[in-house]
Amino acid sequence: MATTTPDIQRSRRAKSASRPGDRVFSGLSRGSGITLLVIMAAIAGFLTYRAALAISKDSTNFFTTFEWNPAGNPPVFGIAVLAFGTVVSSIIAMAIAVPVAIGIALFISHYAPRKLAKPLAYVVDLLAAVPSIIYGLWGAIFLVPYLDGLNKWLNEYFGWTYIFDKANDGPARNLFTVGILLAIMILPIITNVTREVFLQAPKMHEEAALALGATRWEVIRMSVLPFGRSGIISASMLGLGRALGETMAVAVVLSPSFLISGHLLDPGGGTFAQNIAAKFNEANEFGRDALIASGLVLFAITLLVNGAARWIIGRRKEYSGAAA
Amino acid sequence: MAKRIDVSGLSAYYGAHKAIDDISMTVEPRSVTAFIGPSGCGKSTFLRTLNRMHEVTPGGRVEGKVMLDDENLYGTNVDPVAVRRTVGMVFQRPNPFPTMSIFDNVAAGLRLNGKYKKSQLNEIVEKSLKGANLWNEVKDRLNKPGSGLSGGQQQRLCIARAIAVEPDVLLMDEPCSALDPISTLAIEDLIGELKERFTIVIVTHNMQQAARVSDRTAFFNLAAVGQPGKLIELDDTERIFSNPSVQATEDYISGRFG
Amino acid sequence: MSHAIQDRPVATVKRTGSLSSARLPRWSPIAIAAGSIAAGIGIGVAAGWHSKIQWGMIAALLFVLTTYALTTKVEGSRQAKDNVATSLVWVCFVLAVVPLVSLAWVTISKGMEVLDVYFLTHSMNGVLDAEAGGGVYHALLGTIEQVAIATVIAAPIGLLTAVYLVEYGGGKLAQAVTFFVDVMTGIPSIVAGLFILATWNLMLGFGPSGFAGAMALAILMMPVVVRSTEEMLKLVPNELREASLALGIPKWRTILKVVLPTAIGGITTGVMLAVARITGETAPVLLLVFGTKLINPNPFEGAQSSLPLYVYEQYAVGTDAAVSRAWAAALVLIAFVMILNLVARGIARWKAPKTGR
Repeated sequence: MATTTPDIQRSRRAKSASRPGDRVFSGLSRGSGITLLVIMAAIAGFLTYRAALAISKDSTNFFTTFEWNPAGNPPVFGIAVLAFGTVVSSIIAMAIAVPVAIGIALFISHYAPRKLAKPLAYVVDLLAAVPSIIYGLWGAIFLVPYLDGLNKWLNEYFGWTYIFDKANDGPARNLFTVGILLAIMILPIITNVTREVFLQAPKMHEEAALALGATRWEVIRMSVLPFGRSGIISASMLGLGRALGETMAVAVVLSPSFLISGHLLDPGGGTFAQNIAAKFNEANEFGRDALIASGLVLFAITLLVNGAARWIIGRRKEYSGAAA
Repeated sequence: MAKRIDVSGLSAYYGAHKAIDDISMTVEPRSVTAFIGPSGCGKSTFLRTLNRMHEVTPGGRVEGKVMLDDENLYGTNVDPVAVRRTVGMVFQRPNPFPTMSIFDNVAAGLRLNGKYKKSQLNEIVEKSLKGANLWNEVKDRLNKPGSGLSGGQQQRLCIARAIAVEPDVLLMDEPCSALDPISTLAIEDLIGELKERFTIVIVTHNMQQAARVSDRTAFFNLAAVGQPGKLIELDDTERIFSNPSVQATEDYISGRFG
Repeated sequence: MSHAIQDRPVATVKRTGSLSSARLPRWSPIAIAAGSIAAGIGIGVAAGWHSKIQWGMIAALLFVLTTYALTTKVEGSRQAKDNVATSLVWVCFVLAVVPLVSLAWVTISKGMEVLDVYFLTHSMNGVLDAEAGGGVYHALLGTIEQVAIATVIAAPIGLLTAVYLVEYGGGKLAQAVTFFVDVMTGIPSIVAGLFILATWNLMLGFGPSGFAGAMALAILMMPVVVRSTEEMLKLVPNELREASLALGIPKWRTILKVVLPTAIGGITTGVMLAVARITGETAPVLLLVFGTKLINPNPFEGAQSSLPLYVYEQYAVGTDAAVSRAWAAALVLIAFVMILNLVARGIARWKAPKTGR
């Protein structure tokens, strides 16, 4: 065997070499794959290069400064406010969207009458495709006035919690509203992925639980949720990625400022993406480099989130690998 | 606390399709009753009506009466959850909960139905695993996932899980069809021991198995594909296999069809 | 059992005596819901809250709490937990439906006010901000051109990459490509815009153009096309490939003549869904295409407009006439995206049996 194997390999190679069509086609498809890698490398490389140009001339600490004035002399700009706003609005969005999405997914997969479940799943699918600028328009014109009342109420009864203390009596163009809007936007995508996972939960484990005398909720807790856990996590991370990078809806709804405030109901704050959209038009070339630097941070954060999701899913698979 | 099952005039449907038609029979306590018959004759459907699992299938619907001693399982105000707690079930494919350990699998039913002290749980789990002839094989790895066991061990784990809550009746839906001959033998021996304590109903495709394990055997048949299944006869296993009173039973048993 | 064990109290299994138990009547959830909504409205009116959101939240809260209290009293705590879970799931459903229905309703009703043939066939040339009139023709044209160019760039690369991964893959390179396609899926659209800005505009010195925007859109589109095509190719049964190869047909012809035609329905759907997704992208267009009031049919030179950008600009102007135009353009955009989606799903359903699922 050991002596014949190389011969077989050689003859196979010789055969494929004799067919130019195969060589061209496999070369083309491999080339496309490599193109993708090159694009990714170029994105990371060029953004880092331009960002370095900007940060090297920044007269203060890029990560801790509460100001954005790259046109000043000396230039002063930092991402502290943006990082705060991005994280806070995403946390609010996740806190609302994940439980509700799990609820809707369960509704579609296990609770709704079958006649309602199918069209509903279809509609949620379609909603995931609604462009973000439309959510933004709706949020700014419709959601903000509705939330004004809620803001006043939260301030009146829960002002003592500090975060709901509303010092500035402006309209509800604040991080809290942004968080709610982001939650509504990422709801369909999280719902879709979790629903798919719930529907794949093995019937035989549900029947096992039922046969032990479990109620519907106990069946879900014993067999559906443990099975769907990694799916829920990856769906949430997908949603989080969207929320972190969302530009237009935030740019339209938020009335930005370069201040960090723990009072979520006060207008102000900003996010990475929103700041880029808002400052871009007035920026000169150096200002654009500064914005690119902030974009690079956003890029890094989304990479981390995606990586974390993948890592969690990988670990889960190992743990329940014997189960499948 | 084995109980007698008394079925009268029971029909089951999937949507508009009638799966079984007008079945009446009595299942004796502390005995093994086997259901045999060709594929699609409704024996599994009938089994699932005995613990109200049939209605879990979308479109599943039942007419008729199933008396467990003196209570009608389909009476008004009867909670299907309580029925399934009283009538345990073992499935065709072993289905231990994949995310739970062996111990937690056995304790799963108990934890649903009340609070137990750790020592009580230990005792009941040990008793159930011993009852399922599995204790010696798993006592050193109770905290390992149940999915790491062999197919036959998993099925005995499922039996332990079912008997841990001390049901009155134990339903088995082709419990050995996914197992090798040695594991099958282990389960058959176990069934022989369990009938001292429970009323056991077993669906099987394997007629030798029915002859080996059961005291009484019911033969189901259907007139044609798409027609509802019917109970042809129910008698002592010995009589069914030696001298059945209906010609169709004899044809089936002697291998002339099905 | 040994004597030692018998001395201790033997653990007994707890059970209830009877199978039947008190249940709430079947209509009780509807009754509780109706009562809660009435109470929510009542409390809202009495307290003088303007925001209907609060009314709804009070109603939802009352619904869950009443369900819990009543079932605990009548049916016991296990049933109560079950019923609370059910009512929470229903509340989630309603909670999600309300904003989404509102979004659709507002867009359609507001959009219809201005939308007509004139709006679709005229640009904003010479129209003042506060003035009514004008249209989206230039934006529609820009969107179609940009999306078409992006598709021409991204679809072949994406398709061939998927072919590589499924038909030729397996090595280190394929692993790397798979990983980075995943990473690429997560790139925020504004970052893709910044990348083109950094290279095409800042380094190479080109001005804003539809083409620049299209390149950023292509970056966003590629991973989506790769993923969906990959899924579809994996669904093609191996027997088909083997049957063709066994006939002595070379691999590349097998892929072109057997594998791709089998999966073509699903692949088309995937590409169309990707097109629908990038059509609504605003951020990269904002950075790279710049926006204009005029009709610019040449995507390779000078600023263009696009539908989502038009919506944003008109909203930012803020006058009544401009906001009406924003709604109308939003409706055009949403219709465009929805039609793409519906057609794509239609194709998927129509072609589904052939993919051997």
